[in-house]
Amino acid sequence: MSAQGIVDREGRMSKTPRFEIRIAGFGGQGVVTIGRILGEAFTIYEGKNSVNTHSYGPESRGGACKSEVVVSEGEIHYPNVRKADLLIALSQVGLDTYISDLKEGGIVLVDPRSVKNVPDRDKYRVHEVPTMDIAHEIGGVKFQNSVALGALYPLIAHMIKESSLRQGISNNVPSETVEINMEAFKRGMRYAKEGKAE
Amino acid sequence: MPKKARRNEAANISPGPHFLKPGKYYLQGSEACIEGALMAGCRVYAGYPITPAVETMEYASRRFPQVGGRFIQMEDEIASACALIGSSWGGAKALTATSGPGFSLMQEAISIAVMSETPMVIVDIQRAGPGQGYITASQQDVMQARWGHHGDGPIIALAPASVQEMFDLTIEAFTLSEQWRTPVLVMTEETVAHMREPLVIPPWNEVEVRERKKPQDLGIPPGDYLPWGHNTVAPMANWGEGYNVNFVALVHLEDGNITRYSPQANYHCVERLQKKIEGNADGITRIEAKFLENCKHLIICYGAVSRTAMEAAIEACEEGLEVGYLRLITLWPFPEEKLRRIVGTVDTIFVPEMNLGMMRHPITEALRDQCRKVVSIPSLGILHSPEYILSKVREETS
Repeated sequence: MSAQGIVDREGRMSKTPRFEIRIAGFGGQGVVTIGRILGEAFTIYEGKNSVNTHSYGPESRGGACKSEVVVSEGEIHYPNVRKADLLIALSQVGLDTYISDLKEGGIVLVDPRSVKNVPDRDKYRVHEVPTMDIAHEIGGVKFQNSVALGALYPLIAHMIKESSLRQGISNNVPSETVEINMEAFKRGMRYAKEGKAE
Repeated sequence: MPKKARRNEAANISPGPHFLKPGKYYLQGSEACIEGALMAGCRVYAGYPITPAVETMEYASRRFPQVGGRFIQMEDEIASACALIGSSWGGAKALTATSGPGFSLMQEAISIAVMSETPMVIVDIQRAGPGQGYITASQQDVMQARWGHHGDGPIIALAPASVQEMFDLTIEAFTLSEQWRTPVLVMTEETVAHMREPLVIPPWNEVEVRERKKPQDLGIPPGDYLPWGHNTVAPMANWGEGYNVNFVALVHLEDGNITRYSPQANYHCVERLQKKIEGNADGITRIEAKFLENCKHLIICYGAVSRTAMEAAIEACEEGLEVGYLRLITLWPFPEEKLRRIVGTVDTIFVPEMNLGMMRHPITEALRDQCRKVVSIPSLGILHSPEYILSKVREETS
C-alpha cells in the first residue's frame, strides 16, 4: 500500500493541502465570530471545504480565547491547526502562546495597541493594524472583528473574494449593524493596503 | 443515508416554511443534530442544560416551536429522560441532549425505557470526568452507555465523527429506536458538537424515516392485542388510539401480566430484550474501513478521534508503514462478528481513545486471536494530535 493509492470519495488524494488560520485574543473581541465568518465564507461562498473549531473554556468574556479555521479543496480529517499559515493575534498573550506554532514565513496580523512585543520580522511576515482604534473611531470595540477581517482580506485575497467575506459578515451580525460592520471592514482593508483607515 | 425512500412524505411530515431548504449549510454539530431530529419527525425536546450540551438545547428551544414541536425545560435530567418516555408513549418521537453528570442521572430512566421498550433518543456530548470533571472533550462515557443502566438490558449507541454525521446519525438513531423499540444513544464529544463544517441537507422527501409499528398497522383488533407479543418487536399501542396501553417495566408476560412471576418468565422476558438487539447486531451495526488490504497494523477508532486517526493512517502509509483504518460507527451492540470477518490477521491494533482505554476491551475480546497485540493510545480532555498517534505507531512498529 502506498500513499498514491489513497483517494477520497471524489477520487482525489485525501491529503490535499491545508491552509490553517488561527485567531487568538480575549473573550469578547469577536475571536469566535471571526472564525465562523471565515469558515462560512470559504465554505458557502467559495465552494471550498473548511472546519472551524474554537477553544472551549468556562469564561465567556475576558479569558484567553482562540478560534481556528482549516481550509482545503479536499477532505479535512484532523479538524484542528497543526502548523498555522496565518495567525491573527488580538492580544499579547495570544501572540506569545501561539507564535511557536506558526510556520516559518507565515503571516502574523497583530493589533499594535495590545501587542507590544512584535514577533521577529525576519522570520514571519508581520502586519500591524490598529483594529481596536479603528473600531473605536466608528462606534466601538464590538466592530473590531469586522476591522480585523478587512485587514486580513488583502493577505488572503488569492484564496477568497472580497464579496464572500462581506457576505459572511452580513450573515453573522445583527441586521441593524450590517452597514457599520461593512464600514469597519472597509477601513480595516484600507489600513492594511495603504497604512491609513480613511 | 444508506437507502433513500420517500418515507418522510408517507409519514406526513410536512416540510413547512421553517424546515431548512435542501442545500449546503455551515453549522455546528449541535445544530446539525437538532436539524436531523426535526427531519426524522421528532417533535418533543425535553432537557436540562449542561456544558457542553447547552448549544444543542438552545438551538432546540428555537427550532422545535418553529416547526410545531414542543420544547420543555425540565427541572433536571431525571425528569428530562422521564419526559421522553411519556412523550414516546403518547406517540411522539422525543429527544434530549446532555453530558456526563446529566447522563448519569438519566440511567434509571434509560433502564426503564429498555424494559418498557420505549423508542427515544438521548445525545451524550461527553465531557471529561469523573465527577464534574471538566467541560472539555472526552469519550469517557462509552462504557456507561452500555453498562450504566441497571439490569441486563441491551442498548444501541452510535458515534458520529463529523457535522454531517451529527445530522445523518441522529436520523438513523430515530430509525433504529422506532424499528427496534428501544432507546438509542448518540455518543458524541465536545469536539464534534461544537465544530463547524459543511452540512448538506437533502430534500425532506428523500430522507428515510421510520415510524413505529402499531397494532392497527398489523390488523390486530384491540381485543386480541398482546402488548408484549406478536413479533420479536411487539407492536406499540399509543395512548388514545383505542388499544389498551400497557406500560410496564417490571418483568412481564406477553399480555402484560406481572403477577404470574417465575424465574422462567424472568429469563424469557429479559432474554428476548437482549436477543432483540444483540441477536440482530449484524444488521444494526455499521463500521467504516479503509486501507485494509494487506495492512500489517490497524487503527480502530470512533467518534472525533477517527478524524485524527485517518490523518495519522495516511501519514503512516506515506512513511511506508502499512497501517489500516477502521472506524466503529456503532459502538453498541458491539460489532464483534463484523470485525472478525473484515479484519484479517494483523500484527498490532492501535486503539486511540479520549479515555484511558475503554473500547479496547471489547476490541481485544473480539480480535485477540487475529492480532499479536492491542495497544491503547489514551488522551484525556483533548483530541489526539496526528503526531501523537504517529509517534505511538512508530514506537511499536520500529
